[in-house]
Amino acid sequence: MGERRAEVVVVGAGPAGMTAATRAAECGCRVLLIDDNPEVGGQIWRGDGRRVEHPSIAVARARRVVDAPDAGTLLVEGPEGCELVGYERLVLCTGARERFLPFPGWTLPNVTGAGGLQAMAKGGLPIADKRVVVAGSGPLLLAAAAYLHAHGAGVALIAEQTTWPRLAWFATHVARSAEKRRQALELRQALAGVPLLAGAWPVEAHGDERVTSVTLRTPRGRRTVACDYLACGFGLIPNVELARRLGCQTRAGAVVVDDLQETSVRGVFAAGEATGIGGLDLSLVEGEIAGYAAAGRGREARALRPRRARAQRFAAALERAFALRAELKMLPDAQTTICRCEDVRFEQLACQPSRRAAKLHTRCGMGACQGRICGGAADFLFGWGDERSRPPVFPTRIETLIASERGTS
Amino acid sequence: MRRVREIVALSVNGRRVEVAAGSTVLAAAALAGKMALRRSPAGQPRGALCGMGVCFECRVTIDGVAHRRACQTLCAEGMEVRTDG
Repeated sequence: MGERRAEVVVVGAGPAGMTAATRAAECGCRVLLIDDNPEVGGQIWRGDGRRVEHPSIAVARARRVVDAPDAGTLLVEGPEGCELVGYERLVLCTGARERFLPFPGWTLPNVTGAGGLQAMAKGGLPIADKRVVVAGSGPLLLAAAAYLHAHGAGVALIAEQTTWPRLAWFATHVARSAEKRRQALELRQALAGVPLLAGAWPVEAHGDERVTSVTLRTPRGRRTVACDYLACGFGLIPNVELARRLGCQTRAGAVVVDDLQETSVRGVFAAGEATGIGGLDLSLVEGEIAGYAAAGRGREARALRPRRARAQRFAAALERAFALRAELKMLPDAQTTICRCEDVRFEQLACQPSRRAAKLHTRCGMGACQGRICGGAADFLFGWGDERSRPPVFPTRIETLIASERGTS
Repeated sequence: MRRVREIVALSVNGRRVEVAAGSTVLAAAALAGKMALRRSPAGQPRGALCGMGVCFECRVTIDGVAHRRACQTLCAEGMEVRTDG
């Protein structure tokens, strides 16, 4: 098994991770940046061809951090094998995933995330001339729809669960920033001719081997729309599994950090969506602070606090404008699959008092995704709340676990 | 340095597929007409959901190695992909 060390290890090469790595390297640290994807950029910069240029940064792509076997050590698995990575300071920039809410038919092929379908299209999935319904909640719906539309998909409509008054309030908030005003105008132009329904959401996807149409609940009643794809995401959830494995405190599903982005574990920092959903600007400034702080430059890090506070106000507006309505808890029927890995139905879970009981009695959350998908849904549907993370953080090859035992004992 | 090629040829369930370099195995499977990539324990068809390596619904067998995520794996020349869907 391979071994390497770096003064600062950054996990996750999205905007926060790339920024943190760059700042730490500029301060003279040797940095290793690890990412699960074949290219750096994370979700928002996926396919943009961005590079990390600093000579003190080594980049390890297509590698997952699967465990933290000892203090100061990560177990990392790649396509060709595994290695132990030692660090003095660690910056977690593990990003976020989409929240999926179950409704009848949501397990059909071609029902995807909203950002999910955009990511697939960036990876070469043919979408030209495909008819797409985009649904769920949050600004990501508009960004994804604009991308799909620009690449030849026929976006039939966008269904946003929140209300017009909340959207209007969010728009006035956005309009305070010239840069955000420009982005909003660009989106509006890109989506000219695409209908946007507020107070609308999918109630059932239809099809046999893949989705062929979706029934939406709209303020004017139910409406069924034919589609090749239903791209559907209800906001974002921070990826906190590795942070929890390291013992970092979380609150409301996000990693708790202090003024310098340091977690409850000394020497372990977190930045970006893992600390709470806040968008690109917040991720960038948190990445800068974490990078400086991990390099021991507290003064430079502290100087960025006003910028972070401004970005946090936008995050708060985002949360308020796109809060999920309670009616969405009524979407699943008794037979609707909640845990896709283990095929656990709503009726099997509705009677469980806790996530632990659900796991023990139904195997909910014990499949390949380790509860990453059903967990967000179950939190919303049943209010089960947080749980500690069990190793390994991702499904892991047995050779990796054996090598790790030998390597660390 | 990885070799830069414009087109990569691989097979999906024995069918030859050509994709642009940099495409994911998921894109190749779609070009081969495979939207369902696996069956759930109860036999339901499943395809890619999250597109970012989290949900594991797109796992396929690549060159004999099972449980590889189609959305996170780039196509390589001569790759053999098997789906379970």
